[in-house]
Amino acid sequence: MSSVSVVYAKSLGLTDKPMHYCPGCTHGLVHKLVAECLVELGELENTVGVAPVGCAGYAYDYFNCDMQQAAHGRAPAVATGIKRVLPDRTVFTYQGDGDLAAIGTAEIVHAAMRGEKITTIFINNAIYGMTGGQMAPTTLVGQRATTAPQGRDPGHYGYPIRMAELLSTLDGTAYAERVTVVDLPHLNRAKQAIKKAFTLQREGAGFTFVEVLSICPTNWGMAPLQAVDWLREHMIPYYPLGVVKDSSKGGERA
Amino acid sequence: MKKELWKGNEAVAQAAINAGCRYFFGYPITPQNEIPEYMAAHLPEVGGCFLQSESEVAAINMVYGAAGAGARVMTSSSSPGISLKQEGITYLVGSELPAVIVNAMRGGPGLGTIQPAQGDYFQATRGGGNGDYRTVVLAPSSVQEAADLTAEAFDIADQYRNPVLVLMDGMIGQMMEAMTWRPLPRRELPPKTWATTGTGGRREKNIINSWRSSGALLEEHNLHLAEKWRAMEAREVRWEERGAEGAQLLFVAYGTTARLVAGAMEQLEARGVRCALLRPISLWPYPAARLRALAEQPSVRAVFAVELSLGQMVEDVRLAVEGVKPVGFFGRAGGAIPTPREIAEHALDFLEGR
Amino acid sequence: MTAKVTIDQEICKGCGLCVPACPRHIVALEADRVNSVGYHTAAVTDLAQCIACGSCARMCPDSAITVERD
Repeated sequence: MSSVSVVYAKSLGLTDKPMHYCPGCTHGLVHKLVAECLVELGELENTVGVAPVGCAGYAYDYFNCDMQQAAHGRAPAVATGIKRVLPDRTVFTYQGDGDLAAIGTAEIVHAAMRGEKITTIFINNAIYGMTGGQMAPTTLVGQRATTAPQGRDPGHYGYPIRMAELLSTLDGTAYAERVTVVDLPHLNRAKQAIKKAFTLQREGAGFTFVEVLSICPTNWGMAPLQAVDWLREHMIPYYPLGVVKDSSKGGERA
Repeated sequence: MKKELWKGNEAVAQAAINAGCRYFFGYPITPQNEIPEYMAAHLPEVGGCFLQSESEVAAINMVYGAAGAGARVMTSSSSPGISLKQEGITYLVGSELPAVIVNAMRGGPGLGTIQPAQGDYFQATRGGGNGDYRTVVLAPSSVQEAADLTAEAFDIADQYRNPVLVLMDGMIGQMMEAMTWRPLPRRELPPKTWATTGTGGRREKNIINSWRSSGALLEEHNLHLAEKWRAMEAREVRWEERGAEGAQLLFVAYGTTARLVAGAMEQLEARGVRCALLRPISLWPYPAARLRALAEQPSVRAVFAVELSLGQMVEDVRLAVEGVKPVGFFGRAGGAIPTPREIAEHALDFLEGR
Repeated sequence: MTAKVTIDQEICKGCGLCVPACPRHIVALEADRVNSVGYHTAAVTDLAQCIACGSCARMCPDSAITVERD
């Protein structure tokens, strides 16, 4: 008698649609973590997600749950509208750094301020991906971008924004953690963070936020594994990993 | 039926609640503040939710989320705030979401003034945001009509899965008038099977989305939307006519201006000039065919448009009249309100070729 | 225990994130083969060494890898 067991297969929380992301883009990894968490929490059928404008603009096709596509930066406002109508559903936004930390700064800050009971997954890859490598608010000092060809000059553009820390100053934020997914130990930690964020949302704790340091091999001009090294060497020192705020019972505060 | 004294803005808010609106997202701006204030006080009483947003942009995107979740939802603002909402309005149209948006117009451009104006006609009737689209635009000229049209706007929005604009000027919003709460005819509407409420494991996933990955797919979507515009043009045109048979002078005016024109008409009739008024109630679709038919009447010597702007609707008047009769115009802008006498003098000058 | 690793050759983009994830160092990109899009796809070089831990599959952004054990 055969006793074949599946160790790992594509999450049922994702559709069969092949993803359009570039080779090595970590959007795919974060998508599957979100999908796995929703399935494992039994929430997939009870979830409405909000896709951004940017590389993850097609996320509505990939997550196997009800989805809305939002205008650039407005996902937290759209999610607010959904959650206020459907308070017992799990609602999440999935946003990049241009979407969340530039054009949508007001929306994310105020969703957090209100303690909106949604979860935001924030992809920080320090660049605008979809439009072709322009400077993002998270672009590191000295990092080259098509609109900062000599590298980001802090005298001209200021210093990169740390969203997890910024949002953690707001009492409405129940949970904020920064993670990455560039290797298996970090991937596992990221999954725990996402699951905790969704769990706290279910418990009504407030606004929950997971920032994921991600690679953009194409616009960084690197092979994927080279980009992983660059992220470790340059991004993590400026954007430290770990729990920034956790106001749940037994939670940590950095 | 009992007559009650209501302020325009509050009547609009109560009418929305009567029509089943349970969600309101908005941002303070004069002269429409009584609408969000009324909603803040009364939506919780009926199990609804009022939320003051961080901006007009956020408010209209909250409307988008709530509409996509299947709710009857509304926002209101005044001219500069409505400019900010244009992003969300074009997304609502692209994603085929129903919502009601009230504009209590004030003077512009820019910050302008808080006094009443009709300078947002172009913005309202030509789409307003990016892309090729239309919204039904309803223009009340009394508190009673503001309430009635607001209530019906929800049915129209749901019927076509398209936002509807209630375009009133600050005068209608601020004035108090006697009105009655009469039961209005309700349309038969299809269930919102498209709403994103969580699949519940009972259906395929729903997607609310205005993006298309190719020009061919987007054109297909545009053509589908255009079928809705044609249906609206066929079914949603409305207007009111006043005045004598055999009119020499045909006025065209909407909203508050139509009330001022009525006063001008009395003065002109007293001086022996026979007048009529076509008051468009739907600014889009525009009652162009009726206006053309009236203009073609042999007695009519001139058509005269009056607006609280320097001339916007008059372009639709000219498009409708197509040169069969001369079209004149008088307008005041920036929050200035013309007197009936001023209107009468300008109209008479035009009629007499002065 | 027999391990079975299925890599969907049309989904794999040859990014190589699975390669360092393998504790047995038996996942590699195929230098002499491409899929229909032109990517050098991933393959298991010595299945007998595979412990069916699923690490490669977990690290695949495109969920192209299925790991089973018998």
